Amino acid sequence: MSDPSKALFSVQNLEVRFGAVRALKGISLHVNKGEVVALLGANGAGKSTTLRSISGLSRPSSGDIFFAGQSISRVSSSQIVRLGIAHSPEGRRLFGSLTVAENLRLGSCTRTDKAGIIADTERMFALFPILRERHFQLAGTLSGGEQQQLALARALMAAPKLLLLDEPSLGVAPLLIKYIFAALTELKRQGMTMLLVEQNIKLALQLADRAYVLRTGAVALSGSSEELLSDDRVAQAYLGAA
Amino acid sequence: MTARVIVAGLALAVMGGIAFGAPSIMSDYFMRIILIIALNSIFVLSLSLSNGFTGVFSLGHVGFIGAGAYISGILSLTVQQKQSLLPHLPDLLNWFSLPFLPATLVAGLFTALLAVIVGYPLMRLSGYFVSVATMGFLIIVNVVLINASNFTRGARTFTGVPLDTTLPWVFGWLAVTVFVLWRLVYSPFGRRMKAVRDDTVAASAVGIDVLKTRLLAFVIGAFFAGVGGSLYAHYLGSFSPVTFYFAMTMNLIAMLVLGGMGSLSGAIIGVICVSILSELLRSVERGFTIGDITVPALYGASQIVLGFIFILIMIFRPKGIMGEREFTLGFSGSSAKSNLKQGKVK
Repeated sequence: MSDPSKALFSVQNLEVRFGAVRALKGISLHVNKGEVVALLGANGAGKSTTLRSISGLSRPSSGDIFFAGQSISRVSSSQIVRLGIAHSPEGRRLFGSLTVAENLRLGSCTRTDKAGIIADTERMFALFPILRERHFQLAGTLSGGEQQQLALARALMAAPKLLLLDEPSLGVAPLLIKYIFAALTELKRQGMTMLLVEQNIKLALQLADRAYVLRTGAVALSGSSEELLSDDRVAQAYLGAA
Repeated sequence: MTARVIVAGLALAVMGGIAFGAPSIMSDYFMRIILIIALNSIFVLSLSLSNGFTGVFSLGHVGFIGAGAYISGILSLTVQQKQSLLPHLPDLLNWFSLPFLPATLVAGLFTALLAVIVGYPLMRLSGYFVSVATMGFLIIVNVVLINASNFTRGARTFTGVPLDTTLPWVFGWLAVTVFVLWRLVYSPFGRRMKAVRDDTVAASAVGIDVLKTRLLAFVIGAFFAGVGGSLYAHYLGSFSPVTFYFAMTMNLIAMLVLGGMGSLSGAIIGVICVSILSELLRSVERGFTIGDITVPALYGASQIVLGFIFILIMIFRPKGIMGEREFTLGFSGSSAKSNLKQGKVK
């Protein structure tokens, strides 16, 4: 098994409160370099909150987040992107009145290496050819699947060392879900480190090396994907059974 | 690039022609309308930066215009005027008198500084909250203008400002405003402004500093509001705090929304449409005679018709006359497209 102290990224006893509600009740997890880790759990388990506090969009009330040996729980969200964590938020959240090209350019707005940006744009077009065709179309006029591809590409344009993915299959047609997961598999093969939140357990565990199952703000279960695929308790966590 | 230079050159030539050629052929009445249109264009353009492009719907813009007008007015009064009109002015201000251009620049810089102070806490707010909060700023400016009577003569008319504002001055400042805002809005920074407007969470997620982006848009808008306020002060000569209050706010917002919130040319077109319409309607409401038919005077009718036209435009063109497009005389204005062809990254 992996050793948390050598991990690229780790979360320790993370607690997030929204007023009187404790959304996260002290969760710990880690991701090694080159690894794909899935966060599973029912609605309201705290998956998106975890991702949001990692990327600095929500602030933890206690606990700490480490990335490449540095604590980032007090770092601004724009600085976190510069350090190498990109977040593809839930529901895609594109810049709807801007073109596909502008959305991609905004994904790299923390970078200054022009040659690298051009090369990465080409890489995105190779990974998602539809984006090349839709280059000058407004992002708000794309279909759900196209929007999800653009949201992924926009996050990748930051050249991240760790990619946070929140429900890449949400609102996407079944055929395109397959396509998007094939692209994620290709990214994994290229060595991208990912932390994935996904409702579709089977797809998530096929892609991921390991997974954590969250239930009401705490880690209920964790293990390798093979173990969890055959574990009845994963399904129980979703159904809310004790 | 060349297309834009041609459009800009044409616009400058037309403006220069009107500014220097028109006085000999046009009546004072028309000259006044053109000047007011140009002045309102500066106000609405500066308002569009925060309200249209960055998604911070400010209702406090007129506060900056008013502050700019009073500051420029105080600085421009002659020493003798200051002694008689503002006898309690602090010694720091009462021994000198600035010419038009420096007074205007100081007014703009002061309102920009004011915008930094006001914007730093307020630009954290979004949606309706920032609108109400900036309206609070407008009310504060109004109350300060009324009560700081050592500086402003309070609710009495502030008078004696030299009438320096001529058409060439206003057109000159309008050209500067359009040039600066155009460069800004269609730059990487402008792209970040629109990203913040479209989705603040996504903007933070890609690494944009939302507060900084909003604050910069707000401050630059306030600078040009202050400059416009100074021009307005030197046009009116006399004004009072009520000149810069809700009536002016609503007027500017109507022009911006009707023209199109995400377009610089839309802002100007909105000003032109509203100004010409209200002038036309005002002359019609005095009553007129065509042949045997005599239409009696219907005072107030112009406001009603104008209100109806606003309603109709909002129903049929909810994004305003221009929406987010720019008026480019048929030249393609998409900078993204041409940059891609040349393999450039902005």
